[in-house]
Amino acid sequence: MTVAPALLGLLQSGPRHGYDLKRAFDERFGQDKPLAYGQVYSTLARLLKNGLVEVEHEPGDGPDRKRYAITEAGVSDVAVWLATPEKPEPYLQSAMYTKVVLALLTGRDAADVLDAQRTEHLRLMRELTRRKSEGDLADQLVCDHALFHLEADLRWLELTAARLDDLATSVRG
Amino acid sequence: MTTSPPAASASTHPAPADPGTTPGGALLAAHDLHLAFGPTTALASASLEVHPGEVLALMGPSGSGKSTLLHCLAGILRPDSGRVTYGGRDLTAMSDVERSALRRSEFGFVFQFGQLVPELTCAENVALPLRLAGVGRRDALGTAREWLTRLEVPDVADKRPGQTSGGQGQRVAVARALVTRPRVVFADEPTGALDSLNGERVMQMFVAAARDTGAAVVLVTHEARVAAYSDREAVVRDGRVREQVRA
Ligand SMILES: Nc1ncnc2c1ncn2[C@@H]1O[C@H](COP(=O)(O)OP(=O)(O)O)[C@@H](O)[C@H]1O
Ligand SMILES: [Mg+2]
Repeated sequence: MTVAPALLGLLQSGPRHGYDLKRAFDERFGQDKPLAYGQVYSTLARLLKNGLVEVEHEPGDGPDRKRYAITEAGVSDVAVWLATPEKPEPYLQSAMYTKVVLALLTGRDAADVLDAQRTEHLRLMRELTRRKSEGDLADQLVCDHALFHLEADLRWLELTAARLDDLATSVRG
Repeated sequence: MTTSPPAASASTHPAPADPGTTPGGALLAAHDLHLAFGPTTALASASLEVHPGEVLALMGPSGSGKSTLLHCLAGILRPDSGRVTYGGRDLTAMSDVERSALRRSEFGFVFQFGQLVPELTCAENVALPLRLAGVGRRDALGTAREWLTRLEVPDVADKRPGQTSGGQGQRVAVARALVTRPRVVFADEPTGALDSLNGERVMQMFVAAARDTGAAVVLVTHEARVAAYSDREAVVRDGRVREQVRA
């Protein structure tokens, strides 16, 4: 699940209203599926309960006077999330994309994020390669299918690593 | 069916003496290498350790310095600064004669295109490193044939390299690299010119044979599926190494 850590990461640049936060998320990560308000508020409630955000009440009494701010525990939560590779499986790009963008936005090393993922992918590829050389033809075909998908992911990681400088400019710009 | 590797024909070709390792357990190490080709920086503080018997993949984008690093580790290129140590010995401080003697006795090489001698038969190509080490012709050719059988290409023994397929040629090159039972085999994109099925078979046999003889392998590749035959990988980027922890 990337929504909670992504919202948290977006709060690292400063406190925001729930509405603002949803807009910022949709702009960067919601290409094909904007967040529902319900999910934003339920996620924020959970983050609040876990002490990862806190609420600042603004003076006045209109609706949505609450601003959410990240706590120190929240900042380290984001750091841990970024440093933990995703479980390798096909189509993890969106989670990886979110991590890379958030690493750039929060001034962390996005190359480290990509490297950690690459290590995790290669670890699984080694395991499959070992299984393949010990198995029968059916095992080989099954393993090869997974290996080709993981290889495609790795190419994406490599390409993204080569484009980090450009991505940093466009993300911050 | 797999055959066991040819016995270490100890009588005709004793394995090299244990070169020893540095305190960190490294057999071969690059320390802070810098190397420029004119205005082009190829290595910018590259450091790397190779441990005995491990298969290490050097990955990274094209032009990042992988081949240059491999050539420095193998004593083919001398860095502008920094040191390469093998066992306790400083390769960068040796004379050219000493270094090529060391290369012949302790190292093996596999390149993208076999680099076999076209005028010799495949068996003669595999026997060549043994002949250079002083082994008699008959023994050398016998051992060469055993290696070709081990790599499942016994029928190419009497053919010239030009009469073999790419995959067969690379297996001959692997046999030639391992025939002297080196401590380290350097392989630069060994499957780069092969289709994926042939590439896989070459990698499988290469790594299995290297493990059987206890040779460490430094494998340069930009292909993840080839790197997946290794024990660990190090990524070269802009002439520097981002090394991964040992598994
Ligand atoms: N003999 C050479 N003369 C000039 N430039 C070279 C030479 N060998 C390598 N280079 C340059 O050094 C850099 C690293 O090359 P190389 O080690 O071959 O990279 P890789 O093997 O990772 O593709 C590249 O910019 C390459 O163009
Ligand atoms: Mg190269």
